[in-house]
Amino acid sequence: MRKRKFSNSSLKGWLYLLPAILFLGAFMVYPLIDVFVYSFEEGYNSASQTYFGTGFYNYSYVLHDPYFLQAVKNTFILVVITVPLSTGIALLISIGLQAVRPLRELLQTIFFLPYVTNTLAVGMVFMILFKKTAYSEGMINLLITALGGTSVDFIDGPYWAKMFVLCFYTVWVVMPFKILILTGALSGVDRQYYHAARVDGTSKFRIFMRITLPMISPMIFYLVITGFIGAFKAYSDVVALFGTNLNAAEMNTIVGYVYDMLYGDSGGYPSYASAAAIILFAIILTITCINLLISKKNVHY
Amino acid sequence: MLQRGERYGNGMKVVLQNLTKKFPSRDRKKRDEVIAVDNFNFEIPDGKLIGLLGPSGCGKSTTLNLISGLVKPTAGRIFFGEDDVTGLPPENRGIGLVFQNYALYPHLTVRQNILFPLQNLKGKDKLSKEEMMKKAAEAAKLVQIDELMERKPRELSGGQQQRVAIARAMVKMPKVLLLDEPLSNLDARLRLQTREEIRRIQQETKITTVFVTHDQEEAMSISDMIVVMKEGAVQQIGQPQEVYDSPVNLFVAKFLGTPPINIFKGKIGGGRLYIGDEAVLAVGGVPDRNVYVGVRPEGFMLNENGPFGCQLNRVEVMGRDISVVSMHKECLNEVVRAIIGTETKADIGIDSAVKGGIVRFSLIPHKVFLFERETEKRIDAEVCSL
Repeated sequence: MRKRKFSNSSLKGWLYLLPAILFLGAFMVYPLIDVFVYSFEEGYNSASQTYFGTGFYNYSYVLHDPYFLQAVKNTFILVVITVPLSTGIALLISIGLQAVRPLRELLQTIFFLPYVTNTLAVGMVFMILFKKTAYSEGMINLLITALGGTSVDFIDGPYWAKMFVLCFYTVWVVMPFKILILTGALSGVDRQYYHAARVDGTSKFRIFMRITLPMISPMIFYLVITGFIGAFKAYSDVVALFGTNLNAAEMNTIVGYVYDMLYGDSGGYPSYASAAAIILFAIILTITCINLLISKKNVHY
Repeated sequence: MLQRGERYGNGMKVVLQNLTKKFPSRDRKKRDEVIAVDNFNFEIPDGKLIGLLGPSGCGKSTTLNLISGLVKPTAGRIFFGEDDVTGLPPENRGIGLVFQNYALYPHLTVRQNILFPLQNLKGKDKLSKEEMMKKAAEAAKLVQIDELMERKPRELSGGQQQRVAIARAMVKMPKVLLLDEPLSNLDARLRLQTREEIRRIQQETKITTVFVTHDQEEAMSISDMIVVMKEGAVQQIGQPQEVYDSPVNLFVAKFLGTPPINIFKGKIGGGRLYIGDEAVLAVGGVPDRNVYVGVRPEGFMLNENGPFGCQLNRVEVMGRDISVVSMHKECLNEVVRAIIGTETKADIGIDSAVKGGIVRFSLIPHKVFLFERETEKRIDAEVCSL
């Protein structure tokens, strides 16, 4: 009797979960498994549904492809530079916003504007700032030449200049959300902790390191995790800045490589695309696990 | 910077001189200010426990914050001993402060919380690790939490957290300990226990202690002196019993005592005090006038021939004593509550004192206070039984 009652109620539970399971299964789990399978099938052709054999050949190919290695390098540079930089600057700005009384709302609005601005509009702005055309040098170059430097082609020029623009753009785009989260977290810290610390003669720096940071550590951790994942998945920003021929521009990312392998001019290789996607998945999984391990020690809920 | 004492037992007197704090009004359009503390004068004697008492918004917490230095006074001076500390920031005053919700750092263990103030010391005050550990252990022992040192605050009960907060405030051996509503977050049983604990710690260390509360019973039970405040102004300062037995005005009389004092409209005429039509007591030395009459619940005696009659409502038996609840048309409280002791066993005379639904009392003169109608100030009159 009892067992039957139990299975009855759990049946009800499954029934409620069914719509979500169906959709997630059809659009998330099944494709994921499919991609995993493709990545081991040599020369899979989606039109004829045929392949030559199975093995690690796809991985071997991708890992020896200079374009892929370039994409991995680009992605890692982007991640390593933008995640700490954007989080750090956002933290500084949030603390600054906490400290100023007058105009706080106005400043908050200004800092949040990039978040609500259309990507294309942002792209236009960066174009005007950085792009060198037959007619204009771009704002930044005008500035550089005014200061006595030589102009640089940021969009079609040397590698470091392009990487600089990409990082600058990424930091700028992700900043508003981080500021929003961090100002919220900072104002959520009970002021009594600061009073208590003041009475005990704690220095400003120590208050920040020993009280403020630990108190908002869950939010910082959240931003770092999502920041890592977001940066690893970078693609559309790169296209917006450098166009679709990313391999030629040496500015491809891992997601860009996957896309090119599927649909690009040299595309039509779902097996290689799948292998690259699985490699990206493994990288993100590893980084997130490392993050979680580090957070166990340093994040206080 | 004030010299820190080597041991506990170096409390010092605290003098508040014309202390005033005004806050700008919340409403920016209005120019007027909110006076939180109004011309506060008080000398807190060395090594005493002082209760700052008043309803919420009376300025008691502001007064505490002024003493701590977290809030700067608009006018007036504060002295610790002979030193003028008015301009000193909190960290240089040598105070310990315990917050209402304890403000324990949640990410640090009990030990780290207690060590925190010591780790801030710089220069010649800097302590070695061993000294810090020793001091933290001493403070923990004082409040009897030495078993809990490795726990996080959230793993502790409210009472234990309170002790940790006190230990953290005491570890630097402050001259003055300030407690802001220290018991308000505890349940009734813990409150009783913790207030005795605070009294014990204070007496052991002889540290000058000021604590803020809105609970008169709390203040009366452990304070050497209480300060009753209303709307920023001091109403009365004195030993708890003294304030209870001779309140200076209607507010103080109403604020102290549970159950609260019974207030009646009355008048003095021809040497008699009238409540309604009944002359209840003889009054000497004051001209005829309308007054408020305050009668403490224990100021009633059942008496079948008593001068004062009330409409009996119910009798509540509480074991130690009984509470006679009745109504009177001149009473400003909802009900008249009389507490009658039960020394004389079952015969408490309630039946004989009640006739036709009217319970008759005689009043105990020194439990009856007269107040002016307009100013609500106490009238110094000789009151005696008829």
